[in-house]
Amino acid sequence: MSKTDLSRRGLLRTGAVTSAGLALPTIFTAQSASAFTNDPTGGTVTLGFNVPQTGPYADEGADELRAYQLAVEHLNGEGDGGMLNTFSSKALEGSGILGKKVEYVTGDTQTKSDAARASAKSMIEKDGAIMITGGSSSGVAIAVQGLCQEAGVIFMAGLTHSNDTTGKDKKANGFRHFFNAYMSGAALAPVLKNLYGDDRKAYHLTADYTWGWTQEESIKAATEALGWETVNTVKTPLAATDFSSYIAPVLNSGADVLVLNHYGGNMVNSLTNAVQFGLREKEVNGRNFEIVVPLYSRLMAKGAGANVKGIHGSTNWHWSLQDEGSKAFVRSFGTKYGFPPSQAAHTCYVQTLLYADAVQRAGSFNPCAVAEALEDFEFDGMGNGKTLYRGADHQCFKDVLVVRGKENPTSEFDLLEVVEVTPREQVEYAADHPMFAGGNLGSCNPGA
Amino acid sequence: MFGLDKRDTTLLLIVAGLTIFAPFILNPFPTDSGLAQFNAGYPDLMQRFVIFGIFAIGFNILFGLTGYLSFGHAAFLGVGSYSAVWMFKLLSMNVLPAIILSVIIAGLFALVIGYVSLRRSGIYFSILTLAFAQMSFSLAYSVLTPITNGETGLQLTLDDPRVLGQTATADGSIPVTNLFGLEMRGTYEMAMGPWAFQFNMGYYLCALVLIAAFYLSIRIFRSPFGMMLRAVKSNQQRMNYTGLNSKPYTLAAFVISGMYAGLAGGLMASMDPLAGAERMQWTASGEVVLMTILGGAGTLIGPVLGAGFIKYFENIFSKINSNVLHSWFSFLPDGLEDFIVFIIYPFIGKGWHLTLGILFMLVVIYLPGGLVEGGQRIGGWFKGRKKSDARQSETNPAE
Repeated sequence: MSKTDLSRRGLLRTGAVTSAGLALPTIFTAQSASAFTNDPTGGTVTLGFNVPQTGPYADEGADELRAYQLAVEHLNGEGDGGMLNTFSSKALEGSGILGKKVEYVTGDTQTKSDAARASAKSMIEKDGAIMITGGSSSGVAIAVQGLCQEAGVIFMAGLTHSNDTTGKDKKANGFRHFFNAYMSGAALAPVLKNLYGDDRKAYHLTADYTWGWTQEESIKAATEALGWETVNTVKTPLAATDFSSYIAPVLNSGADVLVLNHYGGNMVNSLTNAVQFGLREKEVNGRNFEIVVPLYSRLMAKGAGANVKGIHGSTNWHWSLQDEGSKAFVRSFGTKYGFPPSQAAHTCYVQTLLYADAVQRAGSFNPCAVAEALEDFEFDGMGNGKTLYRGADHQCFKDVLVVRGKENPTSEFDLLEVVEVTPREQVEYAADHPMFAGGNLGSCNPGA
Repeated sequence: MFGLDKRDTTLLLIVAGLTIFAPFILNPFPTDSGLAQFNAGYPDLMQRFVIFGIFAIGFNILFGLTGYLSFGHAAFLGVGSYSAVWMFKLLSMNVLPAIILSVIIAGLFALVIGYVSLRRSGIYFSILTLAFAQMSFSLAYSVLTPITNGETGLQLTLDDPRVLGQTATADGSIPVTNLFGLEMRGTYEMAMGPWAFQFNMGYYLCALVLIAAFYLSIRIFRSPFGMMLRAVKSNQQRMNYTGLNSKPYTLAAFVISGMYAGLAGGLMASMDPLAGAERMQWTASGEVVLMTILGGAGTLIGPVLGAGFIKYFENIFSKINSNVLHSWFSFLPDGLEDFIVFIIYPFIGKGWHLTLGILFMLVVIYLPGGLVEGGQRIGGWFKGRKKSDARQSETNPAE
């Protein structure tokens, strides 16, 4: 028999330890009292700007950050107000958001999903950010969008062009203003038909990751609908810097159009290689060989220099647009930084204003209320004509620009000229379009 | 205690104390003070500290003891993450099966890679492991996209089967990772005057695993097996000439450290259910080498310190932007303020790599034994010269 020697003190001590042990897990379940994550209680509200400051898209990231800072100034009533003056919704008064002064924190995504999520998490957990925005790559945007959904904050996507962001990976807490690969295809196809005819043979070089694939799929579908034939599609590694070995086979393939589904540094290198191989002077089947770059940006055009002359592509926005919204934005950006903004800067600036406006109209920072205010919201005066934030997939629908590398640029910023503004109706698609199928928005998550 | 001698017990208790009270230790500044920028006591970063601590402890078992420098350890971390996320997708959101599977898969993977790579030693071994890791990275990034979801990274979706759990919660969102119902993201906030401390469930799970992993590594260091590994480091040829086959020992060390990496990967996925291919890239493998060397290779606690040091820089310094700098120096006259910000700016924010690089160089040049040696030197100054000779113990490099 074991001897049980139970003293009063011993019993008390054991009892206390046991109950403390039992109670311990419950402290983890107790959440803060507010109804949603990071409810701003003081006189300020914090936004999280999560952009690539290092890595291949650092240029875009730096420009995005400039745009965010400008947007914060305008929201707080500093500077000339920019697009607040042309925006069709007049809820914002330049006194912050719901009377709270806007502050921000920045982070570096390094264009890596992991680092981006770490940085976004620290903004949410440490700095109390109520909204995360940014991203210069679709992979990162999708990863951070998933995180925001779990954490219960709103994600306003920056530059992300993959169909998946608002397609199979769409989330109830995530919103995208930027256009996507499908829209590029729909906007480019008629222009290509007019320029090059309807019986071309296309050869695709595609960056081997999510964005590249969705773009290849979209462009292929759009051009094949014209009557074009796709000779071959070749995947190139994202890290590649020399594309000569991929360009050489194009010469003997019988193709007469080369489609470069590349972005950033990839596109600069592949286009340069293609021009060096004399593709542009070549004639196939009695016609000039042509090159198409479906997603264009001014920063890319700058990198590729004279090689972009006469090459067509699509873009979300360009600073030379002459509507009031674009002019106001270019003016205040130019005054502050001394050069015109890129399309990445534009979309980030607009996203920030749209978020602030939605909060103001909803009268609450609660992500569910904000999401409701953004869904099926129609606005104008932000540089792309009448725009709709579709509730079914949280994608913006607006005019898409088809641009061409300028033959005689007048300055280092004047590299692209707008060939055509494709109207919104032409790039619209059903929310359950096969290229976007497979996803589920789920329900909005306010966290806490 | 636990079969350890007094000194090792103390070390284990110190590590346990540090991890358990980390929410206090890492949040020394009041929340609304300007210095709150330097607080690191929020769940995500604390989890990273201990997870990378586990990773580095495992790496140190291979590198610190046998001297085999693997440049591909991130591959095991990545494999562990992918297995864990697949477990969340297919089985249930409980972290236990996920972590167990990630350790097993990483172990098997390490067995295969180790078997091939360990046929060579020195720089050839490093290159072989690097090649394997880069291969795994490329596979995960593009070729194996159906399994890894490529560049985007493997994520949970609302229509995963989760046969033992629920596919989606009642309100239509993805269920969260838990340990028998205890949510990993559950956080209790304690306000104490101007301070706010966060106690996170997931962090404490990681901390317990870290303590267990640390204990295991002490036992390995002190075992005859550990002695054999040290012998491999000092002169493998001589060992072979005496007729002893060292390969099983090095292979075992390689697999054990691979399993540690898998454990870290599984924990990482349990805290944040996403697995990205970048986890396997060579930079990630290089990072754990840096952590180990910075902290002190071959010492027990060094890798943990190194991991904490690097993660602190990555997450805290990278977030200081020019605005924050301006607010720090706003008391200075305008011109001087701008000048000082101009001088400091390249070293913070996106320049954190630069600062880390400089510190790494300084440590390697002046403190070859890493941060642990720095600690010993400081300790030596306080205690006087007498005791420092007597300390032939756990904190010395294994040579």
